[in-house]
Amino acid sequence: MPDRFENLMPLSPRRAAVPLASSEPVRLEGVGFGYANRPDVLRDINLVLTRGSFHFLTGPSGAGKTSLLRLLTLAERPTAGRLSLFGSDVTGIADQEVPLLRRRMGMVFQDFRLLDHLDAFENAALPLRLAGRRRAEYADDVREMLNWVGLGDRITARPQALSGGEQQRLAIARAVMAGPDLIIADEPTGSVDPAMADRLMVLFQSLNRQGTTVLIASHDENIAARSGATVLRLSGGFLREGLG
Amino acid sequence: MRLFPRSDTDLLPREAAGETWLAAVIAVLCFIACLAAVGAASADRAAQGWARQLRAEATVQVRPRVGETGATAAARAAETLAGTDGVAEAVALDRKAAEDLLRPWLGEAVLPDMPLPFLVTVRLDPDAPASAVTLSRALATAGLDASVDDHAQWRGDVERSAALITLMAGFAFLLTAGAAGAAIVYATRAGLMARRSVIETLSLAGASDSAIAWLFQRRFGLLAAGAGAVGMALALLVIGSVRFLGGSDGLVAALPLTWGDALIILPCPLIAAGVAVVSARLAALSRLSGPARRRKRLA
Ligand SMILES: Nc1ncnc2c1ncn2[C@@H]1O[C@H](COP(=O)(O)OP(=O)(O)O)[C@@H](O)[C@H]1O
Ligand SMILES: [Mg+2]
Repeated sequence: MPDRFENLMPLSPRRAAVPLASSEPVRLEGVGFGYANRPDVLRDINLVLTRGSFHFLTGPSGAGKTSLLRLLTLAERPTAGRLSLFGSDVTGIADQEVPLLRRRMGMVFQDFRLLDHLDAFENAALPLRLAGRRRAEYADDVREMLNWVGLGDRITARPQALSGGEQQRLAIARAVMAGPDLIIADEPTGSVDPAMADRLMVLFQSLNRQGTTVLIASHDENIAARSGATVLRLSGGFLREGLG
Repeated sequence: MRLFPRSDTDLLPREAAGETWLAAVIAVLCFIACLAAVGAASADRAAQGWARQLRAEATVQVRPRVGETGATAAARAAETLAGTDGVAEAVALDRKAAEDLLRPWLGEAVLPDMPLPFLVTVRLDPDAPASAVTLSRALATAGLDASVDDHAQWRGDVERSAALITLMAGFAFLLTAGAAGAAIVYATRAGLMARRSVIETLSLAGASDSAIAWLFQRRFGLLAAGAGAVGMALALLVIGSVRFLGGSDGLVAALPLTWGDALIILPCPLIAAGVAVVSARLAALSRLSGPARRRKRLA
């Protein structure tokens, strides 16, 4: 029932609140990156994600997909080159400025990173709470979003009580809850069966159709090919467009 | 659906065992600090009482001149002193009174042959006590050879020991506050370590370091306030029973506890919370450092 996701898309009114500063949510110029005392994972990466684009990042396990996403979320900093987010150079940005940038992104982590001590409602509401919004303002939106991802009857369940697929959908609900300008998802279909994977892809496609820039990392090239999105391939630390 | 929302919506997961332990430590520290504060206040009050008493008295020793008996000299001195400004009453101690004072110490046998000093006890005007110099000058003017002891040395000793007790209590307070602060710093660091993944998730979802520090500040501030209240209640219980057992004058003259002493420990939970909030913030912010600062540290 993927159509159910598309029809009930609840995000459009909120988007007007923050005007987009740039038509390029992401720009990497000659970016290199490596972990301490290790050979570089990424070399000379050049990449521009224009607003409203939909990209797939593929490559074998260990190719550096997660590392590249961690650069975009500012969990790591480039060791070479220049990184711009939403039109401003963030290569050497101060730590205090990071939270505001992150609030414009929705992230889906490979391991979901749900908070085990909070129920589904509180997990989905997290970005809104952190942005300082009041519960009375967002409670209905959160319920609507949970309905939309098919978790309407699991609102008070904790993550441990949810199936893998339900957790994945909750993680996605949280990522899109605050109406982000950019969605970054790391293997968002990694732990679900192919039917569910297709269903979740429909979800990202409908968000993208509303103007959200989407970047999905996945080692599954089949799903990338089927999505119709632009495919980027990482190998040997370099980035190429198109399937290998 | 639940009728009421789940109460545990705190972004920071609880860590029941560690937090109970921390609360117990802080309660004990607050209990000790409260007893130290009350003990110091009480000792200070006792010392002030003694000092006031000593200040209101002086003793004059009269040396009779040739051709004058000691009793006459003492009587003359008492008369002179009674007429001096700042003196409420001056009484010559006659031989019998002096013997009565010494009998318990020296026994009956030696007393009759003992050369005893001729003393005048002076009660000073409590509002404007005459100084030892004033008294000496009055006696000299009347042609009396006498020495005045205004108990300055005793008084100094009493006041010095009172100051020492206050100092020790202040030191004990700083020590307990420091220990509580250190316990909070340790707990915050351990809490950051234990909840590292939650902290990272919050941070990636857009929480600032300051907001994350605030979660620890609120958690440990409330915990310390509660523990401080428990420690204070225990101290009040001890003070109350001491007071009850000791009757209206307190347990002993040396430690005259009053209900007013209870007032000085009432801010204990507040102070505990303040120490906790500051310690938690410092500890959290020093540990929470993003990649920019981390890189700077490595460079
Ligand atoms: N925190 C880390 N410290 C050191 N090396 C790491 C770390 N994370 C990943 N790596 C290494 O970096 C390389 C790329 O990893 P990753 O970005 O996770 O690849 P992918 O997501 O494509 O599987 C791998 O060789 C991995 O072992
Ligand atoms: Mg990965």
